[in-house]
Amino acid sequence: MRPLINALVLGIAGFAFGAGATGLFRVAVLGREWWSTDLSWSMGYPFALIGWVMGIGGWKYWGRGWFGLPVAPYETTGWRRYLDWNIDHKVIGIQYIVTFVVIFLLSGLTVLLVRLELMRAGMQILTEDQYNAAMSFHGITMVAVAVAILLGGFGNYVVPLMLGARDMAFPNLNSLSYWLTPPVAVLLLIAVAMGGWDSGWTAYPPLSVVNKSGQTLFNLAVFTFGLVSILGGINFIVTIAYERAAGLTWGRLPIFVWGALSASLISFFFTQGFAAALLMVLFDRVLDTSFFDFKNEGSALLYEHVFWFYSHPAVYVMVLPGFAIILEILAHFSRKPLFAYRWVVGAFLGIVALSGVVWAHHMFTSGMADYLHAPFLVLTEMISIPTGIIFLAGLGTIWAGKLWLRTPMLFALSVLFNFTIGGITGIFLADVPTDLHLHDTYFVVAHFHYTIVGGEIFALMAAVYYWFPKITGRMYNETLGKLHFWIMFIGFQLVFIPMFEVGVQGMNRRVADYPAEYNGLNTWITLAALFLGSSFVFFAWNMAMSWVRGPIAEANPWHARTLEWQTSSPPPIHNFDEDPVITGNPYDYGQPRAAAHARLGAAPAAGDSA
Amino acid sequence: MAVASAPAHAEHGHGSTHSRIPINRMGIWLFFFSDALLFAMLAASRFYLTGTERPHELNQALGLGITSVLLLSSLTAYRAETAFEHGNVAHGRAMLLATILMGAAFAIGVGFEWSIAHWVPSDPFGTAFFSMTGMHALHVVSGVLFLIVVYVRAGKGHFPVGNTWAVTSMVMYWHFVDVVWVFFYPTLYLV
Repeated sequence: MRPLINALVLGIAGFAFGAGATGLFRVAVLGREWWSTDLSWSMGYPFALIGWVMGIGGWKYWGRGWFGLPVAPYETTGWRRYLDWNIDHKVIGIQYIVTFVVIFLLSGLTVLLVRLELMRAGMQILTEDQYNAAMSFHGITMVAVAVAILLGGFGNYVVPLMLGARDMAFPNLNSLSYWLTPPVAVLLLIAVAMGGWDSGWTAYPPLSVVNKSGQTLFNLAVFTFGLVSILGGINFIVTIAYERAAGLTWGRLPIFVWGALSASLISFFFTQGFAAALLMVLFDRVLDTSFFDFKNEGSALLYEHVFWFYSHPAVYVMVLPGFAIILEILAHFSRKPLFAYRWVVGAFLGIVALSGVVWAHHMFTSGMADYLHAPFLVLTEMISIPTGIIFLAGLGTIWAGKLWLRTPMLFALSVLFNFTIGGITGIFLADVPTDLHLHDTYFVVAHFHYTIVGGEIFALMAAVYYWFPKITGRMYNETLGKLHFWIMFIGFQLVFIPMFEVGVQGMNRRVADYPAEYNGLNTWITLAALFLGSSFVFFAWNMAMSWVRGPIAEANPWHARTLEWQTSSPPPIHNFDEDPVITGNPYDYGQPRAAAHARLGAAPAAGDSA
Repeated sequence: MAVASAPAHAEHGHGSTHSRIPINRMGIWLFFFSDALLFAMLAASRFYLTGTERPHELNQALGLGITSVLLLSSLTAYRAETAFEHGNVAHGRAMLLATILMGAAFAIGVGFEWSIAHWVPSDPFGTAFFSMTGMHALHVVSGVLFLIVVYVRAGKGHFPVGNTWAVTSMVMYWHFVDVVWVFFYPTLYLV
């Protein structure tokens, strides 16, 4: 607990310094009051963040080295590592996973509140302001979970193992990326306590410029989260470029590594769009600029361009690692080689390239120039080509395979089902004529939940069950896992299929109240949401109990060929006792003469004969 | 942050058999690409909001002056890097000091420009001008602070031949900040 206390004390001291110095300047030079909520937070927070990072261990283990001073050695065992600055990618991966699962469950509870309010027309349990706060909090925290948990959590834990590396390329930077996330969560919670903000996760001006002060905290928090995303992305790209084991050519990389690389390319390059958009809102609020103030020739459309330039590619940061994980699992649990491996890699990179030229399909009804409609319609629909290739590769992999229907496989198969619906409904939003009707209705809400929850969160659950024995060294309970799957899968369909219908009928999203004729479907959706929510009780119980007293897992319970399963569960501090040498492809199941994927020292690896 | 991290990584490698330098270089270049996008967004906003208009009160002599100082500081930064690589610590430190002074002069020049500006932040041009020069000046000032750290450590003999990555990374960062200004100067003063 020492590092956490240090971090809190230094963080508060940093805030007092930044806000205090600003206040002194205002009183002495400008002759105004010392406290101004927006400005004081904007000036206090950066120093608070520096104090927090230094206190948690950034100074003791790392920063001292910049000034030529000796740094402290890291803890290598014990649970205290998880509450301290640690550079082991396995520790950081678990830190990310646990943090974001907690935020995920918290955000899920928040949306149940939203759904209970929406059960009937009129306002029952929340005020409009509270509704906006809950809806906005759910939006941004779930976006953060979706961006960070697969890449930051499982990417960190698994990618170096799959590469045969001892750690990430920049271990201290990795730790910094993680330790920047708790302040994000704290700031968002403070923002809610201050009355929240009304502008959802997208923070559109002019509302976000004139909104209450929770907006400033939101901007600072999400800007920090952008930094997490950028630093993490850079770390993955360099790691995959430089830390591959001997013999691990680009053509032999497990598909999850390609997924992590593609997502990292997007997050390191495009995230600055969101950062720039949030900064401009902050400048307008605090420094009196007029980026978005139409009275001074500002333009709210500028925000939408800058914002979506990141925030559309961001959905691929979320789903590409998800796709990669399910392809991984489909191959291992069908005991077949991954179908069309090279085409899938091409499709990932194609999505990276296309993701940067489709953003304005979010703006068909925003009043941007008409000549932009057709090109963005065509470019957006072109994305269905690489996505279709990935989808067909999944089908080709399970085709005529001997499916092993354990919990991870069930979740992986469900992604194929969900994403079909998510993908097909996307066409109606990419087409301008249908989008004019559907824009900003619950059809959009249903569509993106089918892609992000159906495509990524189901893949996340697949990943959790698949790598649980590797990460904890214990086996989860299969019955509870399957119960979780079926309740979540059926509940998910029951919630979101009716949402398409209520959206087509014209119910607006984000609004706390609605006309009484939508009552029937909304009551149904809320009841189904409670059913969906109940599945996570089984999940949380299973994870907590199995981690503490589940049966000890073998090193390779799935008899998989990839490298992370060829070491003990959990792996030793530097991952492999002997440096691995890669001698074959990762997915050559059922190929009598195929070489093993990897050799550790002199011994042949497990999974050869499978 | 990523920039500042680079020197430290060179020193505590984690057991890889290959050299840290190409890894560090790739990391820092990716950081530049990423950061460049932030500047590009601000520059694009300038054209989006005000087209190619600019106020005639812009102090062209001052603009040209601070631009020249910053360009010249990149030359001394390069000289410093080369000197350290050849073990000429005294010359390297002199060149670092020159870079620091010119960087500080640039920042003071921007501050002076702000104090005599004929426009306010709520003007369309003022919005672009203050946010672009402000964001760039923030990078210049942080660069100067870290150059001072490098300068002091060099005086203690921390950067012998073969261990000069801290100098190299800071000089790379300085060139990056310089290149950003090469785009910002015409965007604000010349179009």
